[in-house]
Amino acid sequence: MRIAVLTDLHANREATEAVLAAVERLAPDRIVLLGDLVGYGPDPAFAVEAAERLVADGAICLLGNHDEAAIHGPSGMTPHAHDAILWTREQLSPAHLAFLAKLPLSAELPGMLLVHASARSPAQWPYVTSEKAAAECLAAAAAPLVLCGHTHVPVIYYALPGRMPVSFTPLEHVAAPLSAIRRHVVVVGAVGQPRDGNPAACFALLDTDRAEISMIRVPYDMQETARKIREYGLPDWLALRLQIGR
Amino acid sequence: MERPQTGSVIDGFTLVERLASGAMSTLWRTTHPEHPGELVMKVPILDPGADVSMIVGFETEVMIHKRLSGPHVPRFVAAGDLARVPYIAMGFVAGTSLAKTIIAQAPLPVAEVVRIGIALAVALIDLHRQKVVHLDLKPQNVMMTPAGAVLIDFGLSRHAELPDLLGEESSAPIGTAAYIAPEQVLGERNDPASDIFALGCILYQMVTGEEPFGRPATLPGMKRRLYHAPSPPRSVRPDTPAWLEEIILRCLEVDRSRRYADAAKVAFDLRHPDQVVVARHRRSAAPPSLAHRLLTLFQKRDEAEILGPSANRRRQAGPSIILAAVDLSGEHDRLAEAILAETKRLLDAREDSWLACLTVLRTEILRETRSVDEQGRSVYINRLVALKDWARPLHLPEDRVSYHVIEAVSAADAILNYTEHNDIDHIVLGARSSSAVRRHLGSISSKVVAEARCSVSVVRIKGSATT
Repeated sequence: MRIAVLTDLHANREATEAVLAAVERLAPDRIVLLGDLVGYGPDPAFAVEAAERLVADGAICLLGNHDEAAIHGPSGMTPHAHDAILWTREQLSPAHLAFLAKLPLSAELPGMLLVHASARSPAQWPYVTSEKAAAECLAAAAAPLVLCGHTHVPVIYYALPGRMPVSFTPLEHVAAPLSAIRRHVVVVGAVGQPRDGNPAACFALLDTDRAEISMIRVPYDMQETARKIREYGLPDWLALRLQIGR
Repeated sequence: MERPQTGSVIDGFTLVERLASGAMSTLWRTTHPEHPGELVMKVPILDPGADVSMIVGFETEVMIHKRLSGPHVPRFVAAGDLARVPYIAMGFVAGTSLAKTIIAQAPLPVAEVVRIGIALAVALIDLHRQKVVHLDLKPQNVMMTPAGAVLIDFGLSRHAELPDLLGEESSAPIGTAAYIAPEQVLGERNDPASDIFALGCILYQMVTGEEPFGRPATLPGMKRRLYHAPSPPRSVRPDTPAWLEEIILRCLEVDRSRRYADAAKVAFDLRHPDQVVVARHRRSAAPPSLAHRLLTLFQKRDEAEILGPSANRRRQAGPSIILAAVDLSGEHDRLAEAILAETKRLLDAREDSWLACLTVLRTEILRETRSVDEQGRSVYINRLVALKDWARPLHLPEDRVSYHVIEAVSAADAILNYTEHNDIDHIVLGARSSSAVRRHLGSISSKVVAEARCSVSVVRIKGSATT
């Protein structure tokens, strides 16, 4: 089975459209969205509606911390994220919010757990940015593979029983092998706000038959997204960071 | 899984006969109805309680071997599920282990050392092109076949684009003590130059019958090679040609800025002994003086500093071997100047790049024009003089350039043959503009562009290609 894994769309319409066009060309068997449809970006209504259409066609969509903040109001967020969520709440209709409110924190597919942040206390949104955090994530899951997002930086953790996981930054477009004797945490890069230094949108293609996962990068018109961020009065840094991928 | 035995069937492979096996795995001749040809199956011995690095080594071997292809590795056929029935099935390699040859015959005749050395370098070129560093190159892992060298056992190897699961498991040096490169001793596992160091050890062993660093069993023992050069091959075997010693010692340089960065250059030097420049200054093999040892003690040079920068940086900076083909049959020529300028730009990209200057003396098909006769010889010499004069403005030291006047009926074929035989990375040649000459010469560049298996820069005088 081939699964397209999209995460952290962050209301970036241009990135989402470019990624969905690439996904269509790859014709995967399944699409999963790991959360954070909204927040930061200028097109939250578009992002929610795009997710609704994908879910209607059989996609799995999870809740992210920004989606939760859009529903309940921001708490404990950085100032820029906080300001953007307040603006986002004004853009979403009750129907949009109702869709977000029904999203689950995690989901399972055969041999894998899907979660936005980490399998360890998903509702607290911890970041998997270290071997230790990856080990804690795996300890809280039963499946051999955990797919998550949240950090906006693609990385794969390879774990053998009783040993600290090994981290690996997958190269773009080069399939990384998954091992039959290991468990893995795959942190998928962001569609709508990459932070690994490459501003191109990121998603993953998982091939369970070949036991491989590829990080696929899609360039998009980020100047247009940045222009809208500035036009709507969102924090300027949110426009700038799209263009440097940080 | 059950212990494999003759007659066992694993994933459709029938084990026919047990072959020579090591401590880590058993080897079987095997057949499979869907995979024709002679096959071999390698089954790791993974007893409960086996060291985890054994499992990781086999995992690494499967991961890398399945991505390799070509005549210098066994053909990968299939691998078993590591969690269920670990194995690798591969094509049988009909050849002789280099270890057997060395044990039985070393020291080998120089011509034989050169023949095997070229075959090994050619195999490394192909492996490194596929982004893999072997990291355990030794005679036991080389099969010599009539078609060349085949490298086996990728259990310690590293693929530049895949996670280094083995290297992450351990901080201890991973390799074989007799052949391990100094940077590997310090834990670095991503430099193709490490295989070139091992190649140097094998060349040394074939020439002298001795391993240059012995087989140290401890980390300090292995680290000794960072500070102490082996006895020069000529001190062990005095009839070793100086150029061969030079090649071996350049493979064994601890400082990677002085070691060969590309196997292609090793192959080239082994094929063209007359082009090898013997260095005047080498690390001394004599025991260091007391003063020197005291100095070393107080300087405490950083180990990483001794190793120099990874050869990867040079490999990525630009082409290693450049071929400039220039037509010097006419008078002063703007096109030749333009080819020179383009060649300089390419050479400047990489400090250790190397230039082969080539010009073709066209021979008529029917007329006998041999360079041995008086007139022919002077034509040849004149052309060589002209070629050296053409390259003079590049101010290249003699160890970065060679000159070749080649007699041929077809200049394009001569350039293509030379390129293929010497693993040239980049060709620079000119395209004529005037229609009269172009009928003969213009076709050279188009044929070379069409058929060369490397990059080609075609130089043309701007605005002149209108006819």
